[in-house]
Amino acid sequence: MAFAAIHVANFMVQAVLRAEVEPRDHVELRADGELRDRAVALVDGTAPLINVVAANQAAWCAGIQLGMAQTQAQLCGVEIRRRSRTLEKAAHAALLDLGWSMSPRVEDHAEDTILADLAGLNSLFGAEENIAREFARRAVELHLRVHVAVSANLEVAVHAARGFAGITVIPEGEEARHLSGLPVQTLAPSAEALETLERWGIRTCAALGALPVLELSERLGQEGVRLQELARGAHARALVLVEPAEILEEEMKLDDAVEDLEPLSFVLGRLLDQVCARLAARALSAAAIRVRFDLGDAFEREEQVRGKNATAAVMAGAAAAAAEVQAAAKTYEKTLNLPVPMRDSKMLLKLLRLQLQADPPPGAIVKITLRADPARRRSTQHGLFVPNSPDPEKLELTVARLAKLVGNANIGSPELTDTHRPGEFRMNKFFAQPNETRARGKAGSTGNKSLSGGVRRPTTGCRIFRPRLAARVELREGRPAKIVLRGLYGRVMTASGPWKISGDWWRGDAWQQEEWDLEIQFDGGDAGGSVPVNAPANMQGIAAVQDAKVQMRAGLYCVYYDGACRSWFVRGMYD
Amino acid sequence: MAANFAALRSKVELALAGRVAAPFNYRGRQEVVTVSSGIPEIDLLTGGLPRGALTEIFGPSCSGRTSLLLAALSARTAQEEACALIDGGDAFDPHSAEAAGVELRKLLWVRCRNVEQTLRATDLLLQGGGFGLIAVDLSDIAPRLVRHVPLDSWFRFRRAVEDTPTILMLLEQESNAKSCASLGLRLEAGAVGWSWMPVEGAAESGLGRAADYSRLPWGWLLEGRSARGEVSRSRMQKGSGGYFRGGFAAEPRVASEGEGIFKTRIDWDFFSLPIAVKRK
Repeated sequence: MAFAAIHVANFMVQAVLRAEVEPRDHVELRADGELRDRAVALVDGTAPLINVVAANQAAWCAGIQLGMAQTQAQLCGVEIRRRSRTLEKAAHAALLDLGWSMSPRVEDHAEDTILADLAGLNSLFGAEENIAREFARRAVELHLRVHVAVSANLEVAVHAARGFAGITVIPEGEEARHLSGLPVQTLAPSAEALETLERWGIRTCAALGALPVLELSERLGQEGVRLQELARGAHARALVLVEPAEILEEEMKLDDAVEDLEPLSFVLGRLLDQVCARLAARALSAAAIRVRFDLGDAFEREEQVRGKNATAAVMAGAAAAAAEVQAAAKTYEKTLNLPVPMRDSKMLLKLLRLQLQADPPPGAIVKITLRADPARRRSTQHGLFVPNSPDPEKLELTVARLAKLVGNANIGSPELTDTHRPGEFRMNKFFAQPNETRARGKAGSTGNKSLSGGVRRPTTGCRIFRPRLAARVELREGRPAKIVLRGLYGRVMTASGPWKISGDWWRGDAWQQEEWDLEIQFDGGDAGGSVPVNAPANMQGIAAVQDAKVQMRAGLYCVYYDGACRSWFVRGMYD
Repeated sequence: MAANFAALRSKVELALAGRVAAPFNYRGRQEVVTVSSGIPEIDLLTGGLPRGALTEIFGPSCSGRTSLLLAALSARTAQEEACALIDGGDAFDPHSAEAAGVELRKLLWVRCRNVEQTLRATDLLLQGGGFGLIAVDLSDIAPRLVRHVPLDSWFRFRRAVEDTPTILMLLEQESNAKSCASLGLRLEAGAVGWSWMPVEGAAESGLGRAADYSRLPWGWLLEGRSARGEVSRSRMQKGSGGYFRGGFAAEPRVASEGEGIFKTRIDWDFFSLPIAVKRK
């Protein structure tokens, strides 16, 4: 049995730089390397006590020291970054995802170190060195540079990963020899124990391992014994497993508030890349993407009125409710529900952009939190009898673009509602997944069969006038005889009706109608449309009348008398 | 001369590189796959609706364009194909569509407000691909506006739909796509079918009482209407050509009061016009 310890050196620095890496592909990976080769120091604290808390190797070489003031650090010519705990949290989550991408048994050892059980991986990747290389390769995809050590002993693997750069494979039985050169500090002793060991001149694991156990126990207690076991590679323990997170989350705080959508897209793209890389590491996709924007001062200024209302609510005794109102007002959330799980960051970015363009955040953004609800990837294997259908991912993008063009309410799949009220329907989201069983059943049929099994007779279609068209109707012996529509005079040739319909009498919007099917002959029907589009306004008016004449030809119309408003309307035309 | 020709040819090929694979290669005419329009008489006349091509259906109001559209949608959705309707005048009636047998869940309805939106939506849907039938309904838009749509738009649609299994159906009052359409069908309104028969109006009906037809008042009942169609353009070698006459039956009338269902008239035999296919 072997274990791999994966350690991120300079974790705090890498966490910050990981968020600055330009997304995707090899070009960006080169940029990643260039970024990491630059001298960067992290500072933390509150002004004026802002000190260096971490730095990369290039920065140490440039003269940076821990605890150095920010102004001093700037004089060394290194790039200064602010420490970000949110980015560290995201980097740690990415590290865990790296572990789960290879092995289901992972231990969250420390913020910068994880352990993975390699049992069964040899058949997939070959020798342990290959497994370690695969870990390192996948870490690069997550914009992390890691040291990997493989050993049969958990603690040995951890100390080797922390002590040796790159990939280290320690064969069973050679743990003590490999650890011998490591400094004692690698074993993370307490300050008192370290001081004592330094006083004794014990600086390496080899020297610590050579000390007599009894005497060491008398002087340093149980900690001394434990440290010696660690130095000899003889400390044994079991792996403490950790469960995979249900939700993947990435955050980014912005130095300057962003109001425009264009710069926001870059940040969203970066976050989506990171989330998608993490999803890919776990062989998952996103079923939904939730974005929360923390809004800055600009929004607060805009919402002063709302704030005043909240103050009034406080005075009225509704303090909790007012606090909730204010908390909600400072954040803006958007959820992108996906028809099928997907993890194409470019596609997701386009969809998010379209949503945000339709409904932009009401103020400047200072922080973005992006969460993905993971789901299993969809299988794309279709049956032989399933007809061609739009690719769900492409369709989602097409529908989003169409929604931007015509409005959300004007696109979808119509569904009739359970009512007799004429013209009632609702628009549902359109899904194009074919039903394989049904398709197979219908593969041989021509598709124009009625429910009773016979060939369906073509029925007359109806075209609806939206909004409803007001009409003036003259009755003769209780039946429509003449009608005036859009300024045109028509004679009713034949009338069928009235078909009385009513409903919802128990509600305020009760309806009562008398429908007639009318065959109408308009006088002076045909008018050739010859008015150009860019004609003057008075000509456009003439054109509109001509258009009405062209449309209002002799034909079959569905006309009704609305009992609620005591007027006649044209519902539609049979075509 | 030959050298100039070769240079010109290479220049054109270079300019079209990446967009057109081989601009000077002869593209053999492929076998056109056709499917049922949902109306056997029209299938007999035209050979069916061609896939990967633009079909133009035009005619005045009440000439049966919508009925033909619904029949085609019904046939395609019954085959579990996804269909899209780009409704230029927002005139689509889901109720009559369902009565015609259209599976509404398989239909993407895009309600546009003008020609520009309609054309843009068509572009987007054609780019997306995967639909069995995309119908562009410009029937309610004034012909003078549709006439101003540049010919290259229709040409673009034709090229976008080529080599795909999509049927692109265009409905208008006048023919505008011209040579870009692989199939053109002109429809004309025919006679309206009425019958004089006992009709139970809701006003006279007793609620829940079985109808006594011998004592009912008589009235006109809309049974359907006929239409006449003629192929104006066809690149296919299928179909008999000529023109057809066919009938579209009206929906059964149902009246309801107080959300209770009282069918005042159902299950009458539909009016059926004689259907004849004549050869020119």
